[in-house]
Amino acid sequence: MSSSDRSRKANGERIAELARRIPVNRSTVTAAGRLSTAAALRRVPFPLRPPTVPGGVVVPTPKSTLGANYDTEWARRYPARMARVLMLEGVVKPAMQVLAAPTLRGLDRLTDLEGPAVFAANHHSHVDTPLVLSSIPEPWRHHIVIGAAADYFFGNRLTAPLSALVIGAIPIERTKVGRKSADDAAALIDEGWSMLIFPEGGRSPDGWGQEFRGGAAYLALRCGVPVVPIHVEGTGRILRKGRSVPRRSSTTITFGRPLRPTEDEDSRRFAARIEAGVAALADEDATDWWQARKRAYAGESPSLQGPELGAWRRTWALGDRGPRRRRTTKTRWPDLDEH
Amino acid sequence: MPRPGFVLDVDRATPPVLFHHGENFKLEKLPPGRSRIIYPGEPLEPLDDIEGAIHHALLNPHGDSEPLPALLRPGMRLTIAFDDISLPLPPMKRPDIRQRIIEQVLDLAAAAGVDDVELIAALSLHRRMTEDELRHAVGDRVYDAFAPHGLLYNHDAEDPDNLTFIGTTDQGEEVEINKRAAESDLLVYVNINIVSMDGGWKSTATGLSSYRSLRHHHNVKTMQHSKSFMDRHASELHSSNWRMGKVLRESGVKVFQIETTVNNNVFGTEGPMSVLQKREWEWTTRDRMTFLGMKAGLDRMSARTRRSIFQGWRAPHQMTSVQAGEVEAVHEVTTANVFKQHLVPVEGQTDILTMGLPYICPYNVNSIMNPILVMCLGLGYFFNLYRGKPPVREGGVLIMSHPTPWEFHPVHHPSYIDFFEQVLADTTDPIEIEAKYEKQFAEDEWYRHLYRTSYAYHGVHPFYMWYWGAHAMQHLGQVIIVGGDVRAVRRLGFKPASTLQDALEMASDTVGRDATITHLHNPPILMADVT
Repeated sequence: MSSSDRSRKANGERIAELARRIPVNRSTVTAAGRLSTAAALRRVPFPLRPPTVPGGVVVPTPKSTLGANYDTEWARRYPARMARVLMLEGVVKPAMQVLAAPTLRGLDRLTDLEGPAVFAANHHSHVDTPLVLSSIPEPWRHHIVIGAAADYFFGNRLTAPLSALVIGAIPIERTKVGRKSADDAAALIDEGWSMLIFPEGGRSPDGWGQEFRGGAAYLALRCGVPVVPIHVEGTGRILRKGRSVPRRSSTTITFGRPLRPTEDEDSRRFAARIEAGVAALADEDATDWWQARKRAYAGESPSLQGPELGAWRRTWALGDRGPRRRRTTKTRWPDLDEH
Repeated sequence: MPRPGFVLDVDRATPPVLFHHGENFKLEKLPPGRSRIIYPGEPLEPLDDIEGAIHHALLNPHGDSEPLPALLRPGMRLTIAFDDISLPLPPMKRPDIRQRIIEQVLDLAAAAGVDDVELIAALSLHRRMTEDELRHAVGDRVYDAFAPHGLLYNHDAEDPDNLTFIGTTDQGEEVEINKRAAESDLLVYVNINIVSMDGGWKSTATGLSSYRSLRHHHNVKTMQHSKSFMDRHASELHSSNWRMGKVLRESGVKVFQIETTVNNNVFGTEGPMSVLQKREWEWTTRDRMTFLGMKAGLDRMSARTRRSIFQGWRAPHQMTSVQAGEVEAVHEVTTANVFKQHLVPVEGQTDILTMGLPYICPYNVNSIMNPILVMCLGLGYFFNLYRGKPPVREGGVLIMSHPTPWEFHPVHHPSYIDFFEQVLADTTDPIEIEAKYEKQFAEDEWYRHLYRTSYAYHGVHPFYMWYWGAHAMQHLGQVIIVGGDVRAVRRLGFKPASTLQDALEMASDTVGRDATITHLHNPPILMADVT
């Protein structure tokens, strides 16, 4: 070892000793001599930096551009629509075929339907939206917007543009009464866009339906367009509320005959008729068309909302429609080949 | 506004005219100055609101019938019979008219609390409909609701336990129909009138009957006195059916008839097939290229591939009218609506009638057009598409274009094979055939078994096909088939020709060198109103 090396080593030991004795370490000492980012920004002259607020002045909070105020206009322009068509046909539809293997029924009932319509479906799962969207036939499939909960789908800067782009969602206020959502939706229908709404307002908490709200009926009445009832069966088994990992299962989507409001019908009564239409489709799916029609006329269609019973009996009454037990073991017994 | 059909006098500027030729086409130049072409009318405008029109028809019946809801009550027996696979031609795109109507009828029945409902495919002696064909006709909803319970089925004309003898007409014709239909409180018949021959009492008295009943009007004498069987008032076939209808009515069989008409939109107004229903001088560059491409493709395909492509075509026919109520009153309105689409005024007869036969007739849907069916389509159906008098004079020549392959569908047409090999090898005279062979084929146990349990036309059916052409055979001096299998054409008793020019040359032996020619530009369907 040379004398210079020895000298460097002794110097290092002195510094380490010094760092142990004083209550700040070296990085702190070094940092103290540097400008912080905030301080650096403060040195930038005013027009280049945000203004400071004089004392005693209250700055108004800027209006939120999220939630019901999110502007989805860009998602209905040509490039976004093209991207959506590609995603829907190239990704969503094949994925739904694998995940949900949908059986489509009643498409022939839409033969005479022309122009925009409101599609109203029951709601069990997040899978409902891509599944129904990829099942609605042309010409509506690629000229449709989806009423999505403003607070859920448009709540932050990530989900809002994704919802608008991927599924063509528009925000619908469900937590408070407001005209904006309805006005925006009606304007789009008047422009020729169809709309997919889940009138229950949210996913089923227990496998049974919830009472239909009046949104779909209101829009149909206001815009003079028909409502197509849709019954979705089986998506609760794929990804019911509370689960995060989907499982493959088969589904059935039944399209009903387009309903038009009668002259003496308000949105509440029309909503009830739409709900009855979906209930009849559910009955048709569970039994057959003839039984369902007879029960519908006799006012005996099973309710979407299930029996008014205790929780376990409601689950029990779901029968095959309820969550199926996941098989926990793949062992087959008895395995006769081994004996 | 759709243009009506018309007659074109061929001149030197007339482009070659389209001839259907089985599962292919030909463009033929007709001699100018002595030829004319009867073009069908363009497709009539369909009903705007089909569901609404059906509903209106059920609630506003013709004749002395009550509205359908008034005829329905809890506890009653309701039977719905519907036309089979032979209608419409080609099969229509979903949803089929029958499905639309049956669903509305059942909807009213459900509202009235009717439980006892059965649906019957009124196929008479035709082959049974397969599940797919029934699903196409009545729709999946109706099929799934009724067929699994045995409440939707094919009529069986050879099941003695399910037939009821109703009585005899004043001319001794026996009336025997499906037992369930006869004993129901109400029989609703759902019909599609693609030509004026269909519908009326023929629906029930033929569609739901047995050989015992059919033989009284499906015979040579009746067909030779039906001039034509497309014109009810000049048709002995219909007179007999109407007499049987009277017996049915008087015996208490209550029929609520629902009849519909469709337009001529057979090949659509867009897409590659649309060129087939345009007038040749209106073919655009695109049409011509499409036609050439289609023909080049068809020329290179196997017969089997061509057949599967054409048999897969579902026509975009649309409903032009629907009427319901008492059978005869309904049928008068229906016939007038059919004529609105089909009738083309034609002046006088000519010496030669030419026609290009397409790939389909009522008896080869999803099947093979065998030589007997070629004869039936040309001499039976196309020849009889007239009112007044045939467009070809008595003793004239009929020239048809069709490949006429010596080929039969072994499942659908077993008795046709024996008819062709055994009967036609002996004679082609319908009267002799009827006297010598009909009973043997009609009562053959094996054919009976195939008809009842497989998908075979009844043993006697090829005879009816032959009788269908009896009037034309009696009227014509010569029949020539262009481009057909020579042996098969000769077996039919006709003359084979390689080209239309050869055929015209051959015809000159019968009708002279300057014979006048009429070409029937069919399909889409037209009916010559000859004065």
